[in-house]
Amino acid sequence: MIVRLRSVSKIFGSRIAVNALDLDVPPGLCFGILGPNGAGKTTTLRMVYGVTRPTAGSIEVFGLDLKKHLRAVRSRLGVTLQQNVFIEALTPIENLRVFGRYHLLREPELSRRIDEVIEFLELGSHANMPVRQLSGGFQRRLAIALSLMNRPELLIMDEPTTGLDPAVRLALWSRIRELRAHGATVLLTTHYMDEAQRLCDRVAIVSDGRVVDEGAPGDLIAAHLAPEAVEVDCTPEEESALLDGTIRAARRLRVGRRVTFYLSDAAPLVERVRAADHRRPLVVRPTNLEDVFLALTGTSLEAAA
Amino acid sequence: MSLSLPHALAVWRRDAAMYRRTWKLNILPNFFEPVFYLLSIGLGVGAYINEMGGTPYLVFLAPALVCVAAMNGASYEVTYNIYVRLTFEKAYDAMLTTPIEPDDVLAGEVLWAVTRALIYGGCFFIVVAAAGLAPLPGGLWILPLLPLTGLLFATIGLVFSLRIPNIDLFSFYYTLFLTPLFLFSDVFFPLRERLPAHWLWVAEVLPLLHPVRLARRAFQGEFSPVMLWDLTYILAVSAVLLLWARRDMDRRLTS
Repeated sequence: MIVRLRSVSKIFGSRIAVNALDLDVPPGLCFGILGPNGAGKTTTLRMVYGVTRPTAGSIEVFGLDLKKHLRAVRSRLGVTLQQNVFIEALTPIENLRVFGRYHLLREPELSRRIDEVIEFLELGSHANMPVRQLSGGFQRRLAIALSLMNRPELLIMDEPTTGLDPAVRLALWSRIRELRAHGATVLLTTHYMDEAQRLCDRVAIVSDGRVVDEGAPGDLIAAHLAPEAVEVDCTPEEESALLDGTIRAARRLRVGRRVTFYLSDAAPLVERVRAADHRRPLVVRPTNLEDVFLALTGTSLEAAA
Repeated sequence: MSLSLPHALAVWRRDAAMYRRTWKLNILPNFFEPVFYLLSIGLGVGAYINEMGGTPYLVFLAPALVCVAAMNGASYEVTYNIYVRLTFEKAYDAMLTTPIEPDDVLAGEVLWAVTRALIYGGCFFIVVAAAGLAPLPGGLWILPLLPLTGLLFATIGLVFSLRIPNIDLFSFYYTLFLTPLFLFSDVFFPLRERLPAHWLWVAEVLPLLHPVRLARRAFQGEFSPVMLWDLTYILAVSAVLLLWARRDMDRRLTS
């Protein structure tokens, strides 16, 4: 295992941020920690790279006890922080040079690494202008470039694409996939279900500082919900008329007027809805990780009677 | 916790890289400030004073002002600049994703504050020497004092900066601490000659007084046992505050 957490807890004052968490990140995978804001994702990552010390439990990274080998572990991993940290008056190249020295890189290797990460993240056209003039997307690329300066075996990313536009997100995902393809292990947090589903080989769903379930996105969906989801706008009375005792949804989720039914076959329900009122808003889609997430952490989801 | 000098130097180089961008703008005021003090206080006020401490007033004033410049150089660095790096820029959060540890951050920042003290004090010394106020080569003994003055005020400022909850409190540090030190630490008049006998110890408590007394002796080319006490004060106070800052730095950077 690249990362191994055993009954790790972190308590800040009276608040339990992480609660007896077990986590195994195997090598060569993209592993996602999925959870709402405040679930303990960032605290967990900070404990993995050793700036937050666990209140209880043990942490091993690269098979090394983190407490005893902090510098050695950190020299082999890279971290993309949630908030970009740059010297804004300096250029990307100058920022990379300063950061490379934190890893004690020297010339000519330092310049070689800078060229390498600039090429990998396609920062060449913006490499010589002050960072504060870069767009959000280029700043995020630079943040990732910084975390790659030491050619990390483990890349830790705290919400790598939050706040970015779709095109930039796609571009960054492709870079992350390529890193994994070259053998790096990626451990990321996100609250974007699409990011987790498209990018991660395995996800751990975290809520209130605990892992609620863990597995490949497809397996998690299959394990918890029927494969087809139908969303319909209707009142509770209309809902029972629609189901009419003959259609059995495995589970359903109501948020306001909108109900989502999870079914192994959506066709009968769709037919029924169309027949009753062909203008009623209706969405038929495959069940996704977001549904699983709500099923595991939400309170409004209930098993159908 | 542990200290690694190469990593501390990497922290130092970050600050140096930032400073290199603006040093031409920063260094000009460094030269003007002493000129203004020497003209106003030294020549202006000094015209009404025959001598002080047994020397012409300008000669009395000059070495002390060199120390004040070193104090200011270090102080700017460990107050506003450190606070911004800590709170707004989050520079240390990025450093701590690499093999750098809090002790390296502390050492690098103290080293950089000492460097700034050397730059500030060094500029002032050049002006003083150019004005013919520094006995050469004996007056060069003031130069090793500049990093010591920097170290003392770097550690004092760090302890303050690491403990305050918001940036506005620095105005207290400057107006209620550094300014009184500047006015009462033997810079403009020999404090001990104005204090009643049983208040003499007050003078010995003031941190700026010790570098100033050492600087003046260096310019006079005299050595006396009290200099050992001044040196001991500077090193001992710096060491104690450094240990204190070390604990606070670790507390602020890790959790």
